[in-house]
Amino acid sequence: MSTSSKNARLNRKFDQIRRMEESGELKKKKSGNRALRKLLNNRLAIIGGVIFLLILLACIAAPLLTSYSPKAVDMKSILKAPSSAHLFGTDKIGRDVFARVLYGGRMSIAIGFGSALGCAAIGVLLGCYSAYRGGWFDSLMVRISEVFMSIPQLILVMMLVAILGQSAKNIVIIFVICGWGSCFRMARSQVLSIREEEYVQSLKVFGLNPFVICYKHILPNALSPIIVNVTLSTAMFILEEAALSFLGLGVPMEIPTWGNILNAAQDMYTLQNNWWMWLPTGIVVSLFVMSINFMGDGIRDTTDPTQQG
Amino acid sequence: MASKDRKPLLTIKGLKTYFPVKSGFLGKTKTYVQAVNDINLTIYKGETLGLVGESGCGKTTLGKTILQLYKPTEGEMVYEFADGPKNLEKLDNKEMDEARRKIQIVFQDPQSSLNPSFTIYQSLSDPLKKFGVKTKEERRKIIGDLLEAVNMRREYMDRYPHEFSGGQRQRIGIARALCINPELVICDEAVSALDVSIQAQVLNLLKKLKEERDLTYIFITHDLSVVEYISDRIAVMYLGRIVELADADELYHHTVHPYTQALLSAIPVADIHHKKNRILLEGDVPSPMSPPSGCHFHGRCKQCQEICKKEKPELKKYEINGRDHYIACHFAEENIRKACEKDE
Repeated sequence: MSTSSKNARLNRKFDQIRRMEESGELKKKKSGNRALRKLLNNRLAIIGGVIFLLILLACIAAPLLTSYSPKAVDMKSILKAPSSAHLFGTDKIGRDVFARVLYGGRMSIAIGFGSALGCAAIGVLLGCYSAYRGGWFDSLMVRISEVFMSIPQLILVMMLVAILGQSAKNIVIIFVICGWGSCFRMARSQVLSIREEEYVQSLKVFGLNPFVICYKHILPNALSPIIVNVTLSTAMFILEEAALSFLGLGVPMEIPTWGNILNAAQDMYTLQNNWWMWLPTGIVVSLFVMSINFMGDGIRDTTDPTQQG
Repeated sequence: MASKDRKPLLTIKGLKTYFPVKSGFLGKTKTYVQAVNDINLTIYKGETLGLVGESGCGKTTLGKTILQLYKPTEGEMVYEFADGPKNLEKLDNKEMDEARRKIQIVFQDPQSSLNPSFTIYQSLSDPLKKFGVKTKEERRKIIGDLLEAVNMRREYMDRYPHEFSGGQRQRIGIARALCINPELVICDEAVSALDVSIQAQVLNLLKKLKEERDLTYIFITHDLSVVEYISDRIAVMYLGRIVELADADELYHHTVHPYTQALLSAIPVADIHHKKNRILLEGDVPSPMSPPSGCHFHGRCKQCQEICKKEKPELKKYEINGRDHYIACHFAEENIRKACEKDE
């Protein structure tokens, strides 16, 4: 075959491809939400999501997975190693660790997520508007957030425990009171730079409602670091809850949480001889926190509009 | 355009825009940045007014003050609405929306002038909604028509800004400014961020749209060759004041103010045999926080005399060969004579 005929054939093929490209035939019809499509393409985020959902569903469906009650004391089987009867073994007063991990997860996840979302909701709502509005309102809000951030958390916890009593709800309230400031600052600093962008100026020229500009047009562009912050602070709050429980100020000891379970295994003897009391719980907590972080990264990428997908 | 039968569209009188500079522990206002310092200007219907000057001389501030993005410190801006002239600052909410419908802006930076997380349709949808286009089909039709008007395809409205090139984005920015059929469009360095071939493309587009839609432009730029190409009249600004204002060809033929002379001498000419007589200015633009007394330009002017340091020259009207020429210089008449000598 001569080169010229080969070239002609290639050219024809090329023209055809170009024609198809220009008419949009080559592109697969994109269906559904762009953000969702991008999220589904991110393998790590999917793995994170699966682990996250598995643990979450297991905690929610705890009564179906175990017949033990997390609070039932059984003095006949103290400190039993894992067996088919007790999957994760039993603790010092014969409670089933597997049941405690599942039921405890409910409380820990609720506290972690509740606090993180509460912080984010308050912080983002205030921070976004405060930065957009500027002026005296902004300076006032910054001072207020500083006051809240400078309250020592432990003292506040002790105060509230003394006044309201010990409960999971109070823990969440305390976490939100002490934590919204950092989210506020993050949202504020994001919006401060975005509000000088020319598209925001242009919306102002059109005279749109400031709330529409602020929450509909600016917020989506400020969201990605905030989402990552929410996921990270969920993990942080789960750990903080454990620390408070350890001090006897958190969730009451009789209610199982991941923190409470781990704290039962704080002495050296348990650590060395009864690994089932802390290792499975620790792994579950780590897996859960890690899966949240994977998901957070995935969501951050999908909310970043400059990344194609 | 015949100079006598023009109708004024926007009249600016004694406009000042100062920005307070806060300093000290209690944030006391001590000084002001005098960004726009006593400007008198009339913009006529259907013209293109070029506004030139180096960076920091208050061009953009003037534009944004007209758009009410900044509050003027002093002075008034009177706009000719359909039902008579009104001061832009004393409008109620309804009239304010009417003013927003009339005056729009095209921004400088194509990177930041479109919301990256919205498609073009989503970005333009809210303004249209506000100005009374209720149904989705109507909005899509209007946006599609606009995109075609700026030489782009209708389907592009469902794309995101990062899928476009700089020139395309700038054209979308123009389409956005035109979406509610304004009368006055302020082009704030609208082509400065583009490279030269794209600049020409966008400038021609702006010219075409002006004729089709009966627009008036205020064209803010620092690029003198661009402004010569597009403007009917040119105003030269220096440190918050207008120093010279005339029809474009008149300004280029009879350059009177020493600052304008220096500016024009800096235009590059694509001719190796062209002998350059560049007037090099010494020093920098003084700080607008403490502008010099008298004529703002006196520190850098070769003709500077005692009077320049003491008295502020007003923007006065002169006639050169029967054409209006506004100059703010104590030695305007002498310079006009010199400029006319070259003609002969």
